[in-house]
Amino acid sequence: MSAEPVSVVLAKKQRFDREADRRSADFHEEVFDLEARGEWIVHRVPEDHVSVSTKYGLSKKIPRSHLWHHKSCGQCGHIPGYSTSIFWLMRKLGYDYDDPRDQTSCTAWNYYASATSNPAAQAAVALRNFAAAYETGFYPLIHCGTSYGHYKDVRRELLGHPELRHEVRKVLEKLGKPMVMPEEIVHYSEWIHALRDEIAARQVRDFSNIAVSIHPACHYYKLVEGDAIFDPDIYGGQRTAVVTGIATALGADVRSYSTWFDCCGFGFRHILVQRDFTRSFATTRKLEVMKEEANPDVVLTHDTGCVTALDKSQFAARAQGHDVDVPVMSEAQFAALAMGAHPYKVCQLHWHSANYRPLLEKMGIDWRQAWAEFEAQLEDLRDGGKEFITWDDVEA
Amino acid sequence: MPTATPAHYKNDSPAGFPDVDPGYKHRLFEQVMADHRMPDYIYGCYECGICVAVCPSARFYDFSPRRIAQAVARQDFELVFQQMQEDIWECSQCFSCLRCPRGNNPGGIITVMREVAINEGLATAKQALEGYSRIIYKIMSTGTQVSPDMLQPDAFPDWGPEVKDVSVNLDLWRRALPPETHHTTSTGWSVSERTLIELYLIWMQTGALSMIKDVDEGLHMILEEVMEERLEEEGIEI
Repeated sequence: MSAEPVSVVLAKKQRFDREADRRSADFHEEVFDLEARGEWIVHRVPEDHVSVSTKYGLSKKIPRSHLWHHKSCGQCGHIPGYSTSIFWLMRKLGYDYDDPRDQTSCTAWNYYASATSNPAAQAAVALRNFAAAYETGFYPLIHCGTSYGHYKDVRRELLGHPELRHEVRKVLEKLGKPMVMPEEIVHYSEWIHALRDEIAARQVRDFSNIAVSIHPACHYYKLVEGDAIFDPDIYGGQRTAVVTGIATALGADVRSYSTWFDCCGFGFRHILVQRDFTRSFATTRKLEVMKEEANPDVVLTHDTGCVTALDKSQFAARAQGHDVDVPVMSEAQFAALAMGAHPYKVCQLHWHSANYRPLLEKMGIDWRQAWAEFEAQLEDLRDGGKEFITWDDVEA
Repeated sequence: MPTATPAHYKNDSPAGFPDVDPGYKHRLFEQVMADHRMPDYIYGCYECGICVAVCPSARFYDFSPRRIAQAVARQDFELVFQQMQEDIWECSQCFSCLRCPRGNNPGGIITVMREVAINEGLATAKQALEGYSRIIYKIMSTGTQVSPDMLQPDAFPDWGPEVKDVSVNLDLWRRALPPETHHTTSTGWSVSERTLIELYLIWMQTGALSMIKDVDEGLHMILEEVMEERLEEEGIEI
């Protein structure tokens, strides 16, 4: 048997057609049907939205503005430049939003780690947050990939199980909250993808010499797969289009690698109490493969756990000779940097572990000067001149 | 009453745990199968191995999502019991195994098996969650999971010297974050009091709080006290 050149095999894959029998059902009709039967209120996507295509060609509405930010535990907790960059992008594009205090975690990190919860509790937490968003009039935008995937799974379960809806309704009645299901469950990376041309139009830094490798987040496109964004023009429609779409729009050199489907090794329980597994997987199956096959300047991803696993696993692995030394960040931070965001005041890169400084230099950013600028703001806090840094300070 | 070992097995106890009452093993299996999600999670198995090929845990542990799906599909309650003791906590819950061409969800089956293991207070579940209690306390009592003040060098020495920088400068660096909700150190963001009360009600009404009673009695007592006290202050009866 003669071996076909890789290019021939890849060219065949470009004509990839998805099997019809894998097609997911369109959930919208069921969601609206339950509203018609008085079971819940459907929170409509605002008029100001962009329509995109999902994995099996169904249309999904992505709202542009008036968004209720469903924040992420890990982003806010230990990668705060991630959430700050999402807010910053929205502010720079002139879209209004609400950053609520009436929001809890989806609690799915704990659920997938310890199983110390159950379907009724998980669904009640989700619908409490959806109701809180509905009460403000702002539309929910989910920051975390796990929250997004989990909420889609919760929706699937609620649609299929009247007894679960009944149980959750009783809990929400006790809270005095209405049963609300958003018309679409929207991840922030979908918002960035849908608005990538608007973001690229405001780009002030040239990224044409920046090589990136992309890790698509499992819980974004493997959980309820039919509701993730795919585009036939991006990887022939075989991988999700988010993250790659914005990196391409910003002119970056997107480089593929063979283990793109593998997870990051986060493991939920493992990242907290069994990190030897996380570190081994993240290093040998993801980072080293990327390094060898693509040699990126930066790894981009779109979920809390993936940034954590890929960034934090690098330090200790060095002791065993696995020295990949590649910065890791969300595409939100990458897009913000492209639009001129400050690497410390906005992107908060000092919270990251892998060395990002050579990347900043390649982007034309003087990180020493940027750090001095950030330090000057910290000095205002230290001497009591200010209690907090505000958005106005960031723009000053 | 199920028999302990099918007659065609070469070994009297191929799935181990011969001292455990088969009736108990079967009861746990029935609990797994009674979950409303199971009909959507298992349809059979082609034995193609795709789920194993894409499974991160299979690369570093003696773990196979295919064995899980097959044991459940065959209703092999002895093997399911063994897996609840030895395998389920190795799963990464990434759900790469949803790539199954048969439509199975081995990761989802494991979620259900874990819930049963927690509800039953299995010793292996307690062992798997050792060192994890503070996380359960944090998420259930504050509504956010990993707080900034958990980033301590002694807890995360393998994450590099930057962790120490964060912990030393924590208060200052949190105040330097422009979003107003981010100025917290003991929670990921600022959660309102009313929201927390609603969360406590959810944990108590759905039985989620009771679930931890058998795996960590001390933690359960503390959480129950925190929640009941707060709800009492608000005049809310459970």
